[in-house]
Amino acid sequence: MAVEYKATQLLTEKPRHYCPGCGHGIIHRLVAEAIEELDVHGDVVGISPVGCSVFANNYFNFDMVNALHGRAPAVGTGIKRAKPDSLVFTYQGDGDLASIGAAEVVHAAMRGEKISTVFVNNAIYGMTGGQMAPTTLVGQKTTTSPNGRDADWCGSPIRICEMLSTLEGTYYVERVALDSPGHINQAKKAIKKAFQYQMEGKGYCLVEVLSTCPTNWSMSPVESMDWLKENMIPYYPLGVFKDKGAE
Amino acid sequence: MAKKLMKGSEAIAEAAIRNGCRFFFGYPITPQTEIPEYFSERMFEEDVNGCFLQAESEVSAINMVYGAATTGVRAMTSSSSPGISLKQEGISSLCAAELPCVIVNVMRGGPGIGSIQAGQGDYYQAVKGGGHGDYHLIVFAPSSVQEAIDCMGKAFDLADKYRTPAMICADGIIAQMMEPVELPEIRDYKVDPAKKPWAATGYDCKNPVGQRADVTSLYVETEELDVLHERLQGTYKVIEANEVQYEAYNMEKAEIVVTAFGTVARIAKSVIDELEGQGIHVGMLRPITLWPFPYEAVHKAATQPGVKAVLDVEMNAGQMLDDVKIAINGAQKIEFLGHCGSHLPTVEEIKAKILAMKEGM
Amino acid sequence: MVKFSIKEELCKGCELCVRACPKKLLQLSPDKLNEKGYHPVMITDESACVACGSCFSTCPDTVISIVKE
Repeated sequence: MAVEYKATQLLTEKPRHYCPGCGHGIIHRLVAEAIEELDVHGDVVGISPVGCSVFANNYFNFDMVNALHGRAPAVGTGIKRAKPDSLVFTYQGDGDLASIGAAEVVHAAMRGEKISTVFVNNAIYGMTGGQMAPTTLVGQKTTTSPNGRDADWCGSPIRICEMLSTLEGTYYVERVALDSPGHINQAKKAIKKAFQYQMEGKGYCLVEVLSTCPTNWSMSPVESMDWLKENMIPYYPLGVFKDKGAE
Repeated sequence: MAKKLMKGSEAIAEAAIRNGCRFFFGYPITPQTEIPEYFSERMFEEDVNGCFLQAESEVSAINMVYGAATTGVRAMTSSSSPGISLKQEGISSLCAAELPCVIVNVMRGGPGIGSIQAGQGDYYQAVKGGGHGDYHLIVFAPSSVQEAIDCMGKAFDLADKYRTPAMICADGIIAQMMEPVELPEIRDYKVDPAKKPWAATGYDCKNPVGQRADVTSLYVETEELDVLHERLQGTYKVIEANEVQYEAYNMEKAEIVVTAFGTVARIAKSVIDELEGQGIHVGMLRPITLWPFPYEAVHKAATQPGVKAVLDVEMNAGQMLDDVKIAINGAQKIEFLGHCGSHLPTVEEIKAKILAMKEGM
Repeated sequence: MVKFSIKEELCKGCELCVRACPKKLLQLSPDKLNEKGYHPVMITDESACVACGSCFSTCPDTVISIVKE
């Protein structure tokens, strides 16, 4: 049987601007492939955030809308209410979703908004140059926590999946990671499942993807993947936090 | 059609529905809460079948409008002054993304939380920016419930025509009072991808028809932002040339011209009528669009033969006064009467002011 | 037969594919620079590739495509 691994048409051919080894490129592919496999690519609206993936409009080959910092779930709500049959997803980073957009994501989830969120957690602000995020680990050095995040002074990192899965409105919440091909395959399955549930008219779904930021972590891409595995996964355990479809 | 007695806020909401608006996102704040309340029932009636959603904040409400607007539908939000301040980031973004929508501001007293009574202190915010960047909203200032209804149709039509948000600046009194009104027939608004090729109406990259939606307010390269501004500023010039609305009242023999907008203009009108009965000729130039501002009409009125002075009356510290001065450009004497608090200039004080001006002529 | 192809111009030399390859068949070309200034990835022995897709899966820039017939 023929085996084929090649770029999906749902990604444009525009070379991506992301730094070498950045997880966004991997996650873009997973999102695009999940949509292609569900065969709904003609009626999709993706919402890009503010952050490095602000340019995602250039890379996804379907209707794309860019939202203000943190507002993607509100924008997604407006789109989905106007186009209830479309697949609508937000693509957001940790500063966007867990800091400035904390209210929007919590309330979209509370309403059981029939949209999906791909939440990219790389524990740092990438676009602005490596500042502390709400998901920055305790002790992790950033340009605004040069001596390492001090839990006493600025609290401990937010675990979004754990928090949102307590809301009645969330239908499916899973955390995945990019540190190995196996985990990447699982990430795609999770994203596809979230989209599948949305197409079935189920409630709010969120997939948190633990990713890296080699540039702002000051590591090589390969070291970053190892750092993710050794430091992020212990604090942000992988797995399904909620799946009403499996109950 | 028979006239119907309606409260301003409800008339504003009903007028939006009748002009094809099926998406309302808002948040409660006095004195406009009756608008979302009205929508919360009316949107779900059989002849409307639309969407009302109470957002978690003003910020979210304007971004929900942004989202709905990207699909080409007619969408709106409403709020009152402090809430409109919260929406400014979204409004700036709607302008940059060239998305049509309508925003209603039922103005109250500010700054800060201010009062919950009527105000006109958001003039600068509405016409001089409010959010960041070089943009304009088309701003209507109705001075009656009927005019608020009429402005709503115009606001949606112009928003679609020019791909820009439009704002209706009503003050608390317009929203709260009841008047007999005539409503337009109800109509649906169907998104036509040929007319709104930029809208997210579905794009199949494997069988492409039309263009892929790429809605954004990001123009990261200087050249790209230049291109946006060529378009935006060009559109603003066309709007300025074609969409100015004003009312000239009792100008024929006027010796003094009052400039005022909204409810204040209505009070001034009572004064003008009363003085006319006494043989004192006072005219009024009332902007209906605050932006584009009727500079030419104000200049013409102020310099009309026989006119000896202009009195600008506002419920603020003299915000529109700036534009009146720009319009007149030193060609006429201008006086000002206004209150920053939420209390209205009264018939008596406007009359006294005019009589004092007349005395000094 | 495995047909392994690399779009060298898209490669940023991140080496995530090198890390992922279970057969250790990938490395950066030591003598080659692409237009972006990176040493693009190369396969040392195409015939040993089992088309597991691990490199494709970890590549952020869709540089690699693999067909096995």
